[in-house]
Amino acid sequence: MKTDRTLWLTLSLTFGIPLVLAVLNQVTEIGAALHVPTYVLALAGKYLCFAMLALAVDLVWGFAGILSLGHAAFFALGGYAMGMYLMRQIGTRGVYGNAMLPDFMVFLGWKELPWYWYGFEWFPFAIFMAVLVPGLLAMGFGWLAFRSRVTGVYLSIITQALTYALLLAFFRNDMGFGGNNGLTDFKDILGFPVQADATRAVLLVVSALFLCLQFLVARFVVDSRFGKMLIAVRDTESRTRFLGYRPESYKLVVWVLSAVMAGIGGALYVPQVGIINPSEFAPANSIEAVIWVAVGGRGTLSGAILGAILVNFGKTWFTGALPEFWLYALGALFIFVTLFLPKGVMGLFAMRRART
Amino acid sequence: MRRLFAALLAVSLLVLAQPSRADQTEDALTSLGTPGFDNVREGVEQLATSGHPRAAEIIGALQAGLLFVNADQTLFIKQGDDSFVSASDGKATTDISADDLKQVRVNNGIRNAIEAALGGLRLFSPDAPTRLEAAEAVYKAHDPAALPALDQALAKESNAGVKTRMLEARAAALLSAPDSVEGDRIAAVAVLRARGDIETRGYLASLSDQPPAVAAAITAALTSLDRLAQIWSVAQSVYYGLSLGSVLLLAAAGLAITFGVMGVINMAHGEMVMIGAYVTFVVQQFMREHTPGIYGTSLLFAIPLAFLVTGAVGVAVERCLIRFLYGRPLETLLATWGLSLGLQQAVRSIFGANNRDVDTPRWMSGATEVGGLTLTWNRMYIILFAIIVLASLMAALRYTSLGLRMRAVTQNRRMAAAMGIRTPWIDALTFGLGSGVAGMAGVALSQIDNVSPNLGQGYIIDSFMVVVFGGVGNLWGTTLGALTLGIVNKFLEPIAGAVMAKIVVLVLLILFIQRRPRGMFPLKGRAVES
Amino acid sequence: MAITEPTLSRRGLARAGAAVATIAAIGAVEAVNNSAAAQAKATIKVGILHSLSGTMAISETTLKDVMLMLIEKQNAKGGLLGRKLEAVVVDPASNWPLFAEKARQLISVDKCAATFGCWTSVSRKSVLPVFEELNSILFYPVQYEGQECSRNVFYTGAAPNQQAIPAVDYLWNESKVKRWVLAGTDYVYPRTTNQILEAYLISKGVAKEDIMINYTPFGHSDWQNIVAEIKKFGSAGKKTAVVSTINGDANVPFYKELGNQGIKATQIPVVAFSVGEEELAGIDTKPLLGHLAAWNYFQSVDNPANKAFIDSWKKYTKNPKRTTNDPMEAHLIGFNMWVKAVEAAGSIDPDKVIDALIGVAVPNLSGGYSAMMPNHHITKPVLIGEIQADGQFNTVSQTPGLVVAQEWSPYVADTKDLIGDWRAPLKCGAFNVKTGACSTGKKA
Repeated sequence: MKTDRTLWLTLSLTFGIPLVLAVLNQVTEIGAALHVPTYVLALAGKYLCFAMLALAVDLVWGFAGILSLGHAAFFALGGYAMGMYLMRQIGTRGVYGNAMLPDFMVFLGWKELPWYWYGFEWFPFAIFMAVLVPGLLAMGFGWLAFRSRVTGVYLSIITQALTYALLLAFFRNDMGFGGNNGLTDFKDILGFPVQADATRAVLLVVSALFLCLQFLVARFVVDSRFGKMLIAVRDTESRTRFLGYRPESYKLVVWVLSAVMAGIGGALYVPQVGIINPSEFAPANSIEAVIWVAVGGRGTLSGAILGAILVNFGKTWFTGALPEFWLYALGALFIFVTLFLPKGVMGLFAMRRART
Repeated sequence: MRRLFAALLAVSLLVLAQPSRADQTEDALTSLGTPGFDNVREGVEQLATSGHPRAAEIIGALQAGLLFVNADQTLFIKQGDDSFVSASDGKATTDISADDLKQVRVNNGIRNAIEAALGGLRLFSPDAPTRLEAAEAVYKAHDPAALPALDQALAKESNAGVKTRMLEARAAALLSAPDSVEGDRIAAVAVLRARGDIETRGYLASLSDQPPAVAAAITAALTSLDRLAQIWSVAQSVYYGLSLGSVLLLAAAGLAITFGVMGVINMAHGEMVMIGAYVTFVVQQFMREHTPGIYGTSLLFAIPLAFLVTGAVGVAVERCLIRFLYGRPLETLLATWGLSLGLQQAVRSIFGANNRDVDTPRWMSGATEVGGLTLTWNRMYIILFAIIVLASLMAALRYTSLGLRMRAVTQNRRMAAAMGIRTPWIDALTFGLGSGVAGMAGVALSQIDNVSPNLGQGYIIDSFMVVVFGGVGNLWGTTLGALTLGIVNKFLEPIAGAVMAKIVVLVLLILFIQRRPRGMFPLKGRAVES
Repeated sequence: MAITEPTLSRRGLARAGAAVATIAAIGAVEAVNNSAAAQAKATIKVGILHSLSGTMAISETTLKDVMLMLIEKQNAKGGLLGRKLEAVVVDPASNWPLFAEKARQLISVDKCAATFGCWTSVSRKSVLPVFEELNSILFYPVQYEGQECSRNVFYTGAAPNQQAIPAVDYLWNESKVKRWVLAGTDYVYPRTTNQILEAYLISKGVAKEDIMINYTPFGHSDWQNIVAEIKKFGSAGKKTAVVSTINGDANVPFYKELGNQGIKATQIPVVAFSVGEEELAGIDTKPLLGHLAAWNYFQSVDNPANKAFIDSWKKYTKNPKRTTNDPMEAHLIGFNMWVKAVEAAGSIDPDKVIDALIGVAVPNLSGGYSAMMPNHHITKPVLIGEIQADGQFNTVSQTPGLVVAQEWSPYVADTKDLIGDWRAPLKCGAFNVKTGACSTGKKA
């Protein structure tokens, strides 16, 4: 019963608050007492997408014991798929007015669209790729890694190598993804202008919806028999193996699922922030995602969402209010949480419950 | 230029330096003092041929930026004690103040003229190294007008090394001369072919309008030089690889201890390297102010100091942070990541966000040529330094009692504790040692990279790759890992480009870990499962 | 290590709800606060959008300081329109999406009248849609690749023709360079500049095999191969020069390697477009003697205005060794232009100020006047300097007059017919003079 309360609370807050924000933004006038500026919508949308990434990280780290230091790669790949769709939507409205080629290809002197850009003008295809590409990459990588029993820090380090390699690759202008500048200057999504308030409001609600869906899926997975197996694998992988299970299959499934979740997060992130570029692959981003989970509470799905929102809110606030000191604050937060809140913010709630 | 060398012969004889040349000297000095780079260049050329007894000194002062001019275009040379002497006669002047003077500025064109002029003037210096330099300068100028002076100098030359240089200079000048005979030219090509460095190749390739036989000899020489260069380029790539490998090794050695031996994932490792580099900066600042006499040895002071400072930081970090997190390796990753953010920002607040200027001592600058290899001194010293650090680290682990205890704690913590080893202190010291080694790496990196708050970030990922590739907890593995990655990278670079090379190396590394999940040299025994 | 999903008590539940609700509410509260602040009309806010942490902090922190100094000086003079100026400093942390977020904050939350900021092209590209959407003003102080002309951005740095082409001309005429290495960091500025330069060199009759183009990643630190390759390329018997568009951090190791491998400026000169006094302050410059840089300003420029600026900068930073550089001058010019335009418009209304800015001329630090052109770029002199042992530049060549920026390069096929002109009646950032069509930026 109590578990259900957490579930309902998380669901109602993660869906309810964005919905309220979006509605207030739409129905009230600028300057009205309850008006929510579009700036807040954009921020909230970003937080929700990060929460999806956090959820994905928590699923593999909290429940299967795989510490991924490269999860932002899946997030960014999903983002690039969406970015490519948005680029193709610009059409002739780009600087060079080329209907076929995005601006950056025109100035690189490219004459035709590379084959891997085909199809991205269709929204369903782009969404499909936003799921498929991270999923396939995760499957290939995971199949190799789990089969040969790469575990612990070794696995963490090679996930980092993976995202680092992708970072370097996407930086190259010759790759055809816009190099360092990435994809930007989007005009519209499904015919609606990306910059418009209404579009933002809808995107925010859609993000909230997807976050809730992902939360439910993750919840279903960890509560199932499969989830119990995952925890067994996490706690003693060798014993599980001796009992006749194949831990690598369990890990692979949850790993791919997690990558797909991150990819969806990335796809929703891009139209809301308006740019996707290789720095999203930076290893530091993946580490930050892990830290969101740690702050919220590893192994608690609600915690992952809470952590992502809390840390990012802190970052937004500090970079504006204390620009010279925000790195100290962020650094101190990580140290504080690992030393004094090993179970994160959710652990605090749990402790309080245990006391009463 | 031609005029210059024609007259050089006369200069060399000195007896010809008659007062009748006074107006030319006058002209040259006026020209030097007239604003405009072309005037100054002309002045240099005239002065070199004028036979003025102070020509070498004046041109030398110009090169060193010590030549000044006042409003009536009279030239003065600044002395070491900031006083000025008249350029034309070397007499001290007291009535001149620095505010009235303007430095005579030079550009690349003037620099070329200066080098050629000084080369010509110094061919007859009593000092052999100066003559060698002079011959080199004349070689670079390859002006046929230098031929008589060169012949003169060659006749007197007794030093074999200088003589070779002069012969090469003569050969180059001969090839440039319009009236040399074919036989001489072919012989000259042979001399240059024997010299065979990259500049010579450039010079040979630039020669046009040669008689057919000479042109054929040049083509043959170029082909053979290119073939030779191709063979040498393999060795050169190995050297580049070794030097990159040694940098990786230095950056990773400390990590091999904290990560490999202690199982602590120290994301602030890169910042220890950075602190080491800043220690170098501070040491140099201090020595420049207080002990300028031994400034050249600043790095020798910086190395132990960096070790101590970062070692102390390491011990403090272990005592205040890491020790609460043993048994939770992944949490240490998060905490040390937070620490690294704080350290970066702290350094940024103290030293500013800009790069800091760390000097390379003279003995570490430049390069030496061995056959077709260019060996840069700074990288040679870094290779040497990496070897020394590695050897002392291994010796410390192997032969000291601290090393023994460290190994005992690594292999079986509880047993070690039961034997009376104070494991907490060993942990702190081990972490301090690892950090100290990182600090020393910082001293080395300050010689080849930016000294900025971001310095550490650039190496942390590579360092982890190296340690994991080599096998955690094994210094030999780390060494071999670093060298392999360095060399593979440097062989791929010319083929695939710098970025692709790095990507390929990363992908190969990922695939390699699939084959050998615990690196090249996995640890065996109990420690593995924990 | 077992971790269980904790459950919430009734009280915990209420607290969690409160926590999340607070976060949501803050946005609304901020909005209320700010509308109140805007009504008070106490100050004119100026946004400063430069990274204070992360990789770009190296270059951008200084620009933040310059802006603070300029604003302080303006306030000492009595402010603007009788109101004090107030700097709003934020840290976009070298993170490009964060640039867009912070830009939005500066405009819509802090209500800044104008923003001075960005360094990298990608940061400018990231904030560009925000400035256009919210109709605010950005002053961008760094030399860049051109091929852009936004109504809301004023480009006070150099376009390629104000930096790269005069530099190449100088080497061509003075040093008789016949073989060219175009070395750059792999991003949009070097790519575009090199594309323009390649077309320009070919138009001057340089053969394709006499041009070597090389790209390296950001922060590239091991230059051994590339420097050796340059040396080899330079041994073909023709005078060779390197045109470097290598970005900030990678320069130190690049120059160190050049020095160590013995490439002297008298043999293979390197002319750089991204290396200024600030970068040189982090390098031992003795081996670099004579290598060149092309800018529109050098600290060593000898005139009273520059001397006064350097003095006040050193006094402001309390550091007698602080250097000044080209983007700082660009901010100075941009700020003075903005002040003048606001005074002329008598208002901080962006539309009025944008119109008033065109045609404004203010003194630059090299002894002349820079004017804001209808294409939102400014006129500049081009200076070519050689590096000296003291880390300063020795000006060896200066364009006789001011150079007008070409925002659309005539050497790029797709843009050779485009012009930008934001005056009425054209009001277009990319007007095709052949077809008469405006492909972007036309706002009703």
